[in-house]
Amino acid sequence: MDKLIRMEKIHKEFVVYERLEGKWSLLKGAFIRTKKKVEALKEMSFSINRGELVGFIGPNGAGKSTTVKIMSGILNPDSGSCVIDGRIPWKNRIEHVSRIGVVFGQRSQLWWDVPVKDSFSLLKDIYNIPNSSYEERLYELLERLQIRDLLNTPARQLSLGQRMRCEIAAALLHRPQILFLDEPTIGLDAVSKLELRTFLKEENEKSGVTVFMTTHDMDDIEAVCNRVMVIGRGTLLFDGSLSDLRAHFGSQEKEDIDDVIVRMYHDLKLLT
Amino acid sequence: MILYIQYLKAYFMSISQYKKSAILTIIGQFLTSLFSLLGINFLFSQFNSLGGFTYEEILLCYSNITFAFSLAEFFARGFDTFPYLISDGRFDRILLRPRGAILQILGATFEISRLGRLFQAILIYIWVLPRSKIVWNFFNIFVLLEIQICGFVLFVSLFILYATICFFTTQGLEIFNIFTDGSREFGKYPFAVYGDKVLKIFTYVVPVACIQYYPISYLTGKTGNMLYAFTPLFVIPYTVLVVIFWKIGVKKYTSTGS
Repeated sequence: MDKLIRMEKIHKEFVVYERLEGKWSLLKGAFIRTKKKVEALKEMSFSINRGELVGFIGPNGAGKSTTVKIMSGILNPDSGSCVIDGRIPWKNRIEHVSRIGVVFGQRSQLWWDVPVKDSFSLLKDIYNIPNSSYEERLYELLERLQIRDLLNTPARQLSLGQRMRCEIAAALLHRPQILFLDEPTIGLDAVSKLELRTFLKEENEKSGVTVFMTTHDMDDIEAVCNRVMVIGRGTLLFDGSLSDLRAHFGSQEKEDIDDVIVRMYHDLKLLT
Repeated sequence: MILYIQYLKAYFMSISQYKKSAILTIIGQFLTSLFSLLGINFLFSQFNSLGGFTYEEILLCYSNITFAFSLAEFFARGFDTFPYLISDGRFDRILLRPRGAILQILGATFEISRLGRLFQAILIYIWVLPRSKIVWNFFNIFVLLEIQICGFVLFVSLFILYATICFFTTQGLEIFNIFTDGSREFGKYPFAVYGDKVLKIFTYVVPVACIQYYPISYLTGKTGNMLYAFTPLFVIPYTVLVVIFWKIGVKKYTSTGS
């Protein structure tokens, strides 16, 4: 298989400044800061094939967003190598980001007070998408995501489900190779969730886009992903299919997947 | 450039959703800066000159600074509000787009209320230019334009410098406002009025005097030194330095993530 993403021994440390405790701590803190190093990622290695649908899970603070930030080129690691389709994300930033799409569930990339269609045409100019290609792609996405009626509405007036569909369209206008999704279904109602999952699978089949998704909703992974990676304390703890994960950590046949995850986090001592 | 115009269009489109508020803030800005104009008038009701400058010459200086500063605030608002861009994650989004960061930040937002001050500066120009006793020959018009353009560029780069400092402190340094807003307030009077030390700071550290005291002295015939007519050009290497510093800041940001 064709390796699209290759991460090798990626290491990343952050320096955090600790707040002092006790009497006069505020005053002291103005002059003395205690540094503490936090290892966000410890020698992380994995590779992803073209066209894979990968779910990335782990408790809060495990290093999920650090990994995504490194792969999307907005953070450079302390050591290790990451090559995505021949590019080093943080070295060829502009070239790299023009081939990826990123959706954050909690933050919008649309212009808040501007009708959605104008946000789209701004993105057309930002990504330098040729007219014909843009028209064709926009038409396709409008139909498939059913957002044609929302085009004249400013983003701030959209419901969360409507907005998320527009966000996905915005991230796919320039036909990226890889789509990174950070908790895309957070706060969505059941219908929107199901539609979004169906769309992602379909888009993967149609355009061959590689999907890398972080989530806390195991149903997302069950419905969309063919591979799941578990990260905890900066290391990769599990990498395989969801059924493997069940076989490994589940106790009975039809145990709820969330219970399996809770047991796994316990077994791996990820919870404090 | 086309993209920049698109950004501007998007901004005006969002402003059009809050028309009344926009108009009121423009009027508000016009009125607040009217007070500093009144201040100058009170001063000159007591004295006939200040540091050797007449009322008309001070007004020319005032409108130069107000013009350049409010234009810079209108266009470089994104840098002025940069701490928010970092803390709400919009700067990450900017890095995720295949365009230069400076262009995108300039395009991120504008500040329409500053047009109120700009309008005032233009009104003062209309009043003061014919009364200033300066012969508006070709070269003097060139110097005036040079002051305005370089002044605009200088204030934009001061805003960029302010934003760059945010990379190293994560919070905006309020103290830096001494140089941005401060240079606007102090800059209404030629810096020499405040004495030699202040003049030196505003020449070598924050070169606002280069678009103000020196060329104004030339225009008003206080000096025949041609060098004074070209000091605004010192802004160019200063801006280059600021942009280099900015790039170092972005590098630092992408290695710490904060």
